[in-house]
Amino acid sequence: MFGLEKRDANLLIAVGALVLLAPIFLNPFPEGSALAQFNAGYPDLMQRFVIFGIFAIGFNILFGLTGYLSFGHAAFLGAGSYAGVWMLKLLTINVIPAIVISTLVAGVFALIIGFISLRRSGIYFSILTLAFAQMSFALAASVLTPITGGETGLQTALDDPRILDAANESRNIPAPSLFGLHMNDSAQLAVGDWLWTFNVGYYVAGIVMLAAFYVAIRIFRSPFGMMLRAIKSNQQRLNYTGLNTRPYMLACFVISGMYAGLAGGLMVSMDPLAGAERMQWTASGEVVLMTILGGVGTLIGPVLGAGLIKYFENIFSKINDNLLHQWFSFLPQGLEDFVVTIIHPFIGKGWHLTLGLMFMAVIIFLPGGLVELGQRASKLFKKRNPPQTGGQKEPAE
Amino acid sequence: MGILEIKDVGKRFGGLQALCDVNLSVAENTCHAIIGPNGAGKSTLLNCLIGKLMPDSGSVMFDGKSVLGRSPYEINQLGISRVFQTPEIFGDLSVLENMMIPIFATRDGSFSMDAMSNVMSQKDIAEAADKMLSEMNMLDKRNMQAASLSRGDKRRLEIGMCLSQNPRLLLLDEPTAGMARADTNNTIDLLNEIKQERDITIAIIEHDMHVVFSLADRITVLAQGTPLVEDVPEKIKGHPKVKEAYLGETH
Repeated sequence: MFGLEKRDANLLIAVGALVLLAPIFLNPFPEGSALAQFNAGYPDLMQRFVIFGIFAIGFNILFGLTGYLSFGHAAFLGAGSYAGVWMLKLLTINVIPAIVISTLVAGVFALIIGFISLRRSGIYFSILTLAFAQMSFALAASVLTPITGGETGLQTALDDPRILDAANESRNIPAPSLFGLHMNDSAQLAVGDWLWTFNVGYYVAGIVMLAAFYVAIRIFRSPFGMMLRAIKSNQQRLNYTGLNTRPYMLACFVISGMYAGLAGGLMVSMDPLAGAERMQWTASGEVVLMTILGGVGTLIGPVLGAGLIKYFENIFSKINDNLLHQWFSFLPQGLEDFVVTIIHPFIGKGWHLTLGLMFMAVIIFLPGGLVELGQRASKLFKKRNPPQTGGQKEPAE
Repeated sequence: MGILEIKDVGKRFGGLQALCDVNLSVAENTCHAIIGPNGAGKSTLLNCLIGKLMPDSGSVMFDGKSVLGRSPYEINQLGISRVFQTPEIFGDLSVLENMMIPIFATRDGSFSMDAMSNVMSQKDIAEAADKMLSEMNMLDKRNMQAASLSRGDKRRLEIGMCLSQNPRLLLLDEPTAGMARADTNNTIDLLNEIKQERDITIAIIEHDMHVVFSLADRITVLAQGTPLVEDVPEKIKGHPKVKEAYLGETH
């Protein structure tokens, strides 16, 4: 189906179903219940899940296939974001030009950075990409203020030209839309105590993510993808086999950069605001974490990793001491205070600590990330061991 | 006029004259061995042939084209395939994929942006790969991860990968180094088979006399960076100069 092997097609359908039904199963707890704050089914967070999923899928095409660790991928996310906002300002509030142009701009940007950075491999490549990204960040925050809005960031305004749109008569800044469908529009459905929100922006981003995921599967299974894996495995042999690794690497880098630009374009389509911090090295590091946490070189891993990290960032960070006291109120007073004191550093602003520990545990015990966890679990449950989690069981990974 | 013509090649590393006026001609469809004691310049000469080193002087012509200054992939595209001292294969990939990559390289050239078709749907490539694997008696191992093969099988795979490109010249760099006797003999048999069945020129750099004398049609003895003698194996065997070079009786 769609030119995919059965197993890949099943994976795509499974991911499609997850994206479609996410607003429902991400809200497993009834509204108003004590656990309701663990619900992740609100538009802003769900949009982030899929957009960062795209970012990580693209990063994984580079890192997972070729083993080249780019530490400056946020530069392309940022470049895409700026390009997207400019399209929303100059052309039209329709998100399509913004998404397309941001992908292309990031691609051109990646072509330039990749052309230079790919002269080196290993740690030197990582440092070069990091240097470029930090340079872009610094420029965006200072010298390039007329283009980037400097530290305040770039956003849409009431007096933007928007040459393709009809004159704006209302006194409000228009919201990004897709042929009249506003990205921030939502339909809510209450079933019993549960409240589900179906958001236009989320579904637009979700469909784009599915398309991006589909393209990634095709790349993984193509001769081009096989050559990229060969680069990771033995670049010397590939050279002596008559293949020029440089154009392969550059093409891969540009594709990966375009994924990041696409994610940036979607980000500003949901919320038309781009700031320089989006290019900072922490943002580049985040996508590395996502990919490794989910499973490097696997198809579904980066999406899972992106989801997990964004969930932690948004949900785990909200837990505070009061809540802990509520949860542990069944314990005797002294013990309750003790337990809360112990847990305190790991929650709220300390969510990074929890994430860090989890990351270390994954690196040490599960080098294959969440996908490996899934594979081990399915091995435990089924002795026959069908490859179920969508991770690839081929020797290539 | 041989298929590979090495003329007046010299290479100096600082104070060391690694190669000096090397002249060598490898005739088409023969097996030419280059032997010599440690430090004779065998590896330096090989590296000059495959684009890894640039000699200071002289020329290396393959089939009338200079190979100097070309990258390894360009030299391969000219029709020279190389087997390494330790088998260089794609360890993370399956045996079948290992075999498909050189076939892709021969069919599509040094770069092809084929990112949307499925590897396995390319029937001609898969067939050619399976054919080569069965020639190498490795068809039953086609889905194994290449890194998990035995040393001898890795060598077979590497040679198979080179042959799948139908090269005009096969360069072998100590193909049996570090191998057990049985594996060495298997490799010799395999190479002899290849010699007989294909129109292929083989240049082999070797330490092991047993290998050289079982394979070579002609032998060049290299010592201290210059060719000492070049002759057929029977003549080389008892040659006084060769004994001298190997036993270190230089003055």
